[in-house]
Amino acid sequence: MARVESELGTRRAAFMKWIDDRFPFTETMRYHITEYYASKNFNWWYIFGVLAMVVLVIQIVSGIFLTMNYKPSAEEAFASVEYIMRDVEWGWLIRYMHSTGASFFFIVVYLHMFRAMLYGSYQKPRELIWIIGMLIFFVLFAEAFAGYLLPWGQMSYWGAQVIISLFGAIPGIGETLVEWIRGDYAISDITLNRFFALHVILLPLAFIALVFLHIVALHHVGSNNPDGIDIKEHKDPDGKPLDGVAFHPYHTSKDLVGIIVFLMIFSAVIFFAPDMGGYFLEHANFEPANTMATPEHIAPVWYFTPFYAILRAVPDKLWGAVLMGAAVLLPVFLPWLDRSRVRSIRYRGWIYKLALTLFVISFVTLGWLGLQPAEGVYVLLARIFSIIYFAYFLLMPYYTTIDKTKPVPDRVVYHG
Amino acid sequence: MADAKRRLTAIVALLASGLAFGATDIELEPAGNDPDNVNSLQRGARNFMNYCAGCHSAKYVRYNTLARGLELSEDQLVQNLMFNAQKPFETIQASMRMDDAARWFGQPPPDMSLIARAKGTDYVFNFLKGFYLDPESPTGVDNRVLPGTSMPHVLWELQGFQQAIFTEDENGNPVFDRFEPATAGSMSAEEYDEFARDTGKVLQCISEPIRSTRRVLGVWVLMFLVVFWIIASMLKKQIWKDVT
Repeated sequence: MARVESELGTRRAAFMKWIDDRFPFTETMRYHITEYYASKNFNWWYIFGVLAMVVLVIQIVSGIFLTMNYKPSAEEAFASVEYIMRDVEWGWLIRYMHSTGASFFFIVVYLHMFRAMLYGSYQKPRELIWIIGMLIFFVLFAEAFAGYLLPWGQMSYWGAQVIISLFGAIPGIGETLVEWIRGDYAISDITLNRFFALHVILLPLAFIALVFLHIVALHHVGSNNPDGIDIKEHKDPDGKPLDGVAFHPYHTSKDLVGIIVFLMIFSAVIFFAPDMGGYFLEHANFEPANTMATPEHIAPVWYFTPFYAILRAVPDKLWGAVLMGAAVLLPVFLPWLDRSRVRSIRYRGWIYKLALTLFVISFVTLGWLGLQPAEGVYVLLARIFSIIYFAYFLLMPYYTTIDKTKPVPDRVVYHG
Repeated sequence: MADAKRRLTAIVALLASGLAFGATDIELEPAGNDPDNVNSLQRGARNFMNYCAGCHSAKYVRYNTLARGLELSEDQLVQNLMFNAQKPFETIQASMRMDDAARWFGQPPPDMSLIARAKGTDYVFNFLKGFYLDPESPTGVDNRVLPGTSMPHVLWELQGFQQAIFTEDENGNPVFDRFEPATAGSMSAEEYDEFARDTGKVLQCISEPIRSTRRVLGVWVLMFLVVFWIIASMLKKQIWKDVT
């Protein structure tokens, strides 16, 4: 018996050697998985990166099956979605996974980004991780926007009409640019076809490539932690960080628990409230696109509304579009706007804590305001909270310099 | 081209003002649906086939899908509900030709497959109850929920006709106050409420036929995940035991 085992062991080792001589399999596994050390004191804020990966897989797999049944044509798109919902075996589940996945993608990505702001994960030496992450965020925006046109409902059509027409605000080339994007004088079958191509090929490819770069950069410098300190400064004689534990099996087993909790929430939405009261699937999108009649309220899906509110807060269309673009772009510069000597909120002073709280309040309120009609007190509120949003970024070099920070511990705080 | 330009201008105006137009936010009386009452669903299907399906299609809905939702056998379906189809897997098409309808009413009657999902069952309930006499309208009636509708009050035999009583607000604009019966129908007010409620409910049923299935399945999925979560938590605890 023992002889058989050892013989199998030898043969396995020989096989692995054959592979490793030709492809760095064992080395890669060690570098990225079994010997990638991340801090042992990760809290639940650290689950959202892996959850974003889970949602990415859900979107790609459900997307493949949707593509097998969807027809990207103005004549047939709406009917083909209903065909998926009613006649394709388990089509309703696949479609709800994809539509719910879109909203959950933004939920986990927004929380993932907030985690970076809480613990200063974008600070030196992780600037490139942050910038690649922001690029992923932009691609996600484009992906969600292109995907929303595909069901060819009323909101698909008119939402796209409003957003694309924003490019018309650019002086000189605006109108030409809008025509170039649409490929027509109005949103049409041609627009639908090209958005389909972008949604299922170009953007997912860019997305996956950027996620790959994001992880390569992360594993090169190592993960941050809730204390914002470098765990590589204290290593045991083998060169393993004293406060780190291997990604596998430690973080994988911990992440699995988080993934299951996420799947519970995700499934609860899919099975019990797939439209989420009109926030995940807008009611007006159950009517086929009608080029002759606008829906009663044109509101983008919830994940775009903070920026939409900023757009509408400005009386001038061009400046509204410029400020909206600035609001999306500004976070890219966080690594240089933040002058604090500490990373984690745990050791920052009251000024930064206050600033971050105000930022969160303004972002959430803007999101809500983007769903309201732009009139009366809503406009005033949108202006106030837009100013707070921008102040958080633009005043950051100042208030992070004067903020009194607390001493940072030598080793991570861990309570077993 | 000119049309596209005009449409674009409209969008820009819409965007600049930030106002949605065409919005009439009318407070709807709750229909009070009980979505799991099969009798009510069956009555609603009867109402729909007898009074609506002549003009309104439900082109994404197959007869046999409807029968499953109503818990009817195929024989019962064929005998009671399938008036203008040959096979149970056919979709529900209107008897009227749509190009005729467009000529007669100005636009074809909208498809009913998804109306309850787009507008809600309260909307359907209030729409069916919302017709009132309006001598200026070509059909003799208007609707409180959908002003200017081209649909005639086809249910007048059941409900009778009613008058809308308007009061004025401080600016002198008419504000709807209440309905008063003008002529009696064959149904009492309560019976007609039930008729409208049942019809709204069957429309909800056909707007998402999988609704009841997914809710049952969801319970099983969550129960599985709870078990999985317990096992995964134990595994995590075991693996992390040596981390201090």
